Amino acid sequence: MNLPVLKAADFASDQDIRWCPGCGDYSILAQMKKVLPELGIARENTVFVSGIGCSSRFPYYMNTYGMHSIHGRAPTFATGLKSTRPDLSVWVITGDGDALSIGGNHFIHVLRRNLDINIVLFNNRIYGLTKGQYSPTSEEGQVTKSTPMGSIDHPLNPLSVAIAAEATFVARSLDAHVKHLADTLKRAAAHKGTSLVEVYQNCNVFNDGAMAYAQEKSQRLENTIELEHGKPLIFGTDRDKGIRQVGTQLEVVNLKDVAEDDLLFHDEKAMDPSLHFLLSRMRHPVMPEPIGVFRDVEGVATYDEQINGQVAAAKAKHGNGDLNALFNSGDTWEVAS
Amino acid sequence: MSVQPEGQLIADKEISEVDGITVRLAGDSGDGMQLLGTQLTNTSALLGNDVATFPDFPAEIRAPRGTRAGVSGFQVQFANSEIFTPGDTLDALVVMNPAAMVTNIADLRRGGLLIVNEDGFDAKSLKLAALTEDPVTEEIEDRYRVFKVPMTKLTRDAVKELGLGMKEADRCKNFFAMGLVYWLFGRSLEPTLRFIENKFGKKLPDVAAANEKSLRAGWAFGETTETFGITYRVAPAKLKPGTYKNMMGNQALAWGLLAAGKRSGKDVFYSGYPITPASDILHELSRYKHFGVRTFQAEDEISACCAAIGAAFGGAMAVTASSGPGIALKAEAMGLGFILELPLIVINVQRGGPSTGLPTKTEQSDLLQAMFNRNGESPLPVIAAQSPGDCFDAAQEAWRIAVKFMTPVILLSDGYIANGSEPWKVPDANQMEPIVVTHPPDAAEGDAPFMPYARNENLARPWAIPGTAGLMHRVGGLEKADGSGAVSYDPDNHQLMTDKRAAKIEGIANDIPLQEVFGEESGDVLVISWGGTYGSCHTAIDRCQREGLSVSHAHIRYMNPMPRNLGDLMRSFRKVLVPELNSGQLRMLLRAKYLVDCIGFNKVKGKPFSVTELMDQIHSIAEKPNLNGKQVD
Repeated sequence: MNLPVLKAADFASDQDIRWCPGCGDYSILAQMKKVLPELGIARENTVFVSGIGCSSRFPYYMNTYGMHSIHGRAPTFATGLKSTRPDLSVWVITGDGDALSIGGNHFIHVLRRNLDINIVLFNNRIYGLTKGQYSPTSEEGQVTKSTPMGSIDHPLNPLSVAIAAEATFVARSLDAHVKHLADTLKRAAAHKGTSLVEVYQNCNVFNDGAMAYAQEKSQRLENTIELEHGKPLIFGTDRDKGIRQVGTQLEVVNLKDVAEDDLLFHDEKAMDPSLHFLLSRMRHPVMPEPIGVFRDVEGVATYDEQINGQVAAAKAKHGNGDLNALFNSGDTWEVAS
Repeated sequence: MSVQPEGQLIADKEISEVDGITVRLAGDSGDGMQLLGTQLTNTSALLGNDVATFPDFPAEIRAPRGTRAGVSGFQVQFANSEIFTPGDTLDALVVMNPAAMVTNIADLRRGGLLIVNEDGFDAKSLKLAALTEDPVTEEIEDRYRVFKVPMTKLTRDAVKELGLGMKEADRCKNFFAMGLVYWLFGRSLEPTLRFIENKFGKKLPDVAAANEKSLRAGWAFGETTETFGITYRVAPAKLKPGTYKNMMGNQALAWGLLAAGKRSGKDVFYSGYPITPASDILHELSRYKHFGVRTFQAEDEISACCAAIGAAFGGAMAVTASSGPGIALKAEAMGLGFILELPLIVINVQRGGPSTGLPTKTEQSDLLQAMFNRNGESPLPVIAAQSPGDCFDAAQEAWRIAVKFMTPVILLSDGYIANGSEPWKVPDANQMEPIVVTHPPDAAEGDAPFMPYARNENLARPWAIPGTAGLMHRVGGLEKADGSGAVSYDPDNHQLMTDKRAAKIEGIANDIPLQEVFGEESGDVLVISWGGTYGSCHTAIDRCQREGLSVSHAHIRYMNPMPRNLGDLMRSFRKVLVPELNSGQLRMLLRAKYLVDCIGFNKVKGKPFSVTELMDQIHSIAEKPNLNGKQVD
């Protein structure tokens, strides 16, 4: 079959984009439009589903099918859609407030069910659309409109939650690191099962620079660590530092003192999520924060394949449902004329 | 129980032909009363009687044993003519313990049969029922025909040779009671023997044998002892010719959904979160995956509703169901479904409220919730099922409207309908008309841009589904521009779209039948009812008409929009009476819409209306019949 060769521009809808100038969302939108043509999936077979928030306007800007739904529930709409239409490529676009606060419940359940969809979680650690309240990922003590004396909530770590729910694909990327972002989105699309990509995304209006330690090129090499399957965990501007596992803890070591072979080697394919969980606990400023694919395990049945598999199995066993046979089943009696 | 004078004698027992019998079986919630009642119902239905049932049980799975709070009851009326209710007063009451007796005796008619499990009336049971002395007093013996049967002991004797433990043996006493009841009312043992074999035969042969022996022992006890001098017979009812089966409301609803799916060539996607009394729809549908049914037990009510909308966007026949508190949670998603203009069925099997309320008892107090429980201007079509068998038709009608008008439709049932049962005339699937569903096809090169919010003659927008080339579009909760569906904050457009959506729903009135009337189309009193009170109201009005009262009955199925002739109909009567199992919700809607005063008759006791109380109410407002030259039955 000869599919027409599409370009990024073919995925742009005719709608005016209404994000603030300088918003990190533009970069994610651009990388998505760049990646989608490379996947070879027709536009009409691609659906974006979102909740509420700045990020959730995303579907309006894509020339695919789309549904802008209600607060936090995008994973549930995607569940109904993908369960009945496993032929579609379904993307959930969500933010930290949408996915982790009002939608926390659905976030956990879609991950544990392993529905074959892709979730892109824009994390700017603030409520943007409602103008600047703290979010579930805001740091303790953060002063916002609703927390003038500082936030007293302990922040939620979305990747820890996802890994605890045994999500089969978990990754993190950055809006500012466009190549890394495009590669990560592509890997997510290739994964069979729920894939979660957390994207650190700057809100230049309400939380500017909250993740500058990871976003700024000058700081990134010191404060983040790029995960690569089968490779030791090494970081630093001069690649002179590494991560070593001691018991149930991870620690930063200097490569002058420790041999590469004694470092932690990344295994994204491990079925046991324990080490992936440990990686998700690495937080700035104590540790460099991992970016890349934490976990990509294969062979776990997906929800959509199972729900449709049961239908196929039932049809194979009982034949296609016949209403007359059903109506006349069990005890019946005749009333003569 | 109108005993015919010409009672005949067979052997040493008198057989009395009666028109109908209402019997209630009551015991501890662990005693198997629901099973007993279901078997008696099925057996009676198979004998050709018309049947109507009313199961009544505590909300707790095992309420404290032997207490009044733990009493579980099952009432069934079987008759030789068409009936519409499980009966008001009881002809016979079977009680397994003192608590069951004291909580039910008030409903037994004077002279009725009271069958007591004597062994259940020991000192301990009296204490559990908060009684200081045996409730079977001389006064009781004078008032009713009391039969004391040592059921527990007789059951133990019957199963002795099987070597069961005492506890296992005692568990069979409901089958003993069943055997006795079957003998008393001339019911065949065959269907229940078949049931025992199917349920326990292979897996638990000991249990099967014990149940069978107990059942037969109960029958033999009636046949051989001198205790009962009489036995009763109810002839088959003269129903319309055809094949029948006994049907419960929730089962009929599930089957109606299957039929709607087949009629429209759609696979059903059903999502729900467990809640009484709606859960049985999920249980039933999940057995029919070979019909293409996908069932999703969601993490909560919100998820259930949203998943259904997701499935609808993809082109499936999407359904979600719950009871009042769960519907409250679905409200925001229902509003989204309304603005997305996608077809969806939302079923509310109502129960006593507010909040958790009375989870196992019936009420019709979610009508205003169905009408208004969404933000913004968001009217939805609402239809109400009227009886267990009617759920089958109501479910299909809901789907017909949903796809024709591209809108969520609310379908109201209630606990009384859901758990009750009645004979259901088996339809012929080949005679069912298709429900036409169209999806626009792939766009061709050079076609005009697709307009997802263009409207047809019904004001419905096209159901374009993902996978269709050239029709890519975005739906969402933000207001959409007329036609193009682009996000629009234009004030005039919002007014226009609000008006169009409302007009679309109002236009459904042109697609539904005019309101039918039972009785004259004008006169003294019009009784307007809806939902599960149909049977009691119909029976009460039928009897009042026979007494010569000028009273007619309009039972509304279409709650929104209402039938076009309803207002004129109301104005054609001197008085309008609206009985409801709530504090006056339909009455409020009728008054507001038609500016016609209505008299309410309202009850929220977790119980259905009795025919008697409805008749009393009608009598209290009706003009006495003019008997000049007119014969009154």
